[in-house]
Amino acid sequence: MEKAIEAKALRKSFKDTEVLKGVDFEVKRGDIFALLGTNGAGKTTIVKILTTLLKQDGGTATVNGFDVASKPDNVRQSISLTGQFAAVDEILTGRENLIMIARLRHLRNQRQVADNLLKRFGLTDAADRRVSAYSGGMRRRLDLAMSLIGKPQLIFLDEPTTGLDPEARIEVWKIVKELADSGTTVFLTTQYLEEAEQLADQIAILHEGKIIAGGTLAELKKLFPPAKVEYVEKQPTLEEIFLAIVGKRRKSKWEQ
Amino acid sequence: MGTIKTYFFSDMSVMLGRSMRHVFRSMDTIITVTLMPIAFMLLFVYVFGGAIQTGTDNYVNYLLPGILLIAIASGISYTAYRLFMDMQRGIFERFHSMPIARSTVLWGHVLTSLVSNAISVVVIILVALIMGFRSSAGVLSWLAVVGILALFTLALTWIAAIAGLSTKSVDGVSAFSYPLIFLPFISSAFVPTASMPGPVRAFAENQPVTSIVDAIRYLLAGQPVGNDIWIALAWCLGILIVAYIFAMWVYRRKSA
Repeated sequence: MEKAIEAKALRKSFKDTEVLKGVDFEVKRGDIFALLGTNGAGKTTIVKILTTLLKQDGGTATVNGFDVASKPDNVRQSISLTGQFAAVDEILTGRENLIMIARLRHLRNQRQVADNLLKRFGLTDAADRRVSAYSGGMRRRLDLAMSLIGKPQLIFLDEPTTGLDPEARIEVWKIVKELADSGTTVFLTTQYLEEAEQLADQIAILHEGKIIAGGTLAELKKLFPPAKVEYVEKQPTLEEIFLAIVGKRRKSKWEQ
Repeated sequence: MGTIKTYFFSDMSVMLGRSMRHVFRSMDTIITVTLMPIAFMLLFVYVFGGAIQTGTDNYVNYLLPGILLIAIASGISYTAYRLFMDMQRGIFERFHSMPIARSTVLWGHVLTSLVSNAISVVVIILVALIMGFRSSAGVLSWLAVVGILALFTLALTWIAAIAGLSTKSVDGVSAFSYPLIFLPFISSAFVPTASMPGPVRAFAENQPVTSIVDAIRYLLAGQPVGNDIWIALAWCLGILIVAYIFAMWVYRRKSA
């Protein structure tokens, strides 16, 4: 099986608004696939259909070879969803959150799984603190860690970096790249072009309910007029300045 | 690919454990559901009680059933709150996209409501014992009382589920429970209905709380209950069935 996701003519309406007007795309196994679109373009709707949270009005979608409408249980078995808002339990501690998901996935060595992930995501020190005391970046890391439990073949990340500070965003990118390197297929939605550019093997642009362009970054670039060579003085962006200053201090702390 | 096994009981215990932790980690919940009814009980017995003519010499005995119903009515408002927060925070979506027995997501909250209300009922009865509550009821009568209270809790819990699943703000979630908490005051819970003016009396005698309070009171006093128990059971079951059907309808609409 080559394809992790295959969507054909997906349609979905909410009351009178037609959100998806026949969406077609494919995701190859092991790829990072980025779905680009503005707010309200229907990205989340697609994620919800593919993760069995929502039923489409028309068209078909298969995930890991299973039809989302007729075999939702098989689909759920092989995927994991990290939604737009960190879906973590605020009242539980970080460790309890991980153990809860490990129990729901019926793993044996739940504590070990939790400990390993806490370590991998730099949350060991905060493991026994309640999540309500976590920063946005820590929540997102915990959220991602929860999604990795049970080693799903395909991970959905719905706007994984929205609302994160630049540092936390780069951390998430690192995690996504590591995931893809280990063979996991990643489906991510984003409204940041840079994010797609940094991460994705394949990009699809969703606009007004249809995929209007798709392919690799190189292929997409070919669709547009060739790059002009211009000479401009390159000033560091504020983001680069910020990361340079903050990064120095963080690195020395992290690389002990 | 064979069929996917689901683990209803194991998933259920995870969900129950999770929301019981929410109960025990929230001081606010504990204060409202046990201390407030106890404060009412103290107030009515030691402040107003002397002026209330109930025709019995032990006002604690007279009062206790109504206090228990108030405790349950305020307890279930937290079920609505917890459900609402789960919907808001996206943890529902995480659970729903996982290979678990889906119904446990909702039933976990319902079971938690039963268990936590049972705990507060027991605590309140213990305090009542210290205040002079005595019962000559046998095992069967106590079982009947437990049954009525459990049915009452379930009925109100499903009403709470409707509120928790359908409201759009936290304020709405708590507002729905005020009438439920208030209902016992216009019933035979604190004073005999015979002392009320005509229209109020008509309302009090024909609303569910009066028949439930009377049934529990007679059972605890070891007196024949007559028709009251059947009227009480009919109310509880009727509300339970209607609320359950409506709550499931809302739930399916929200999560399909």
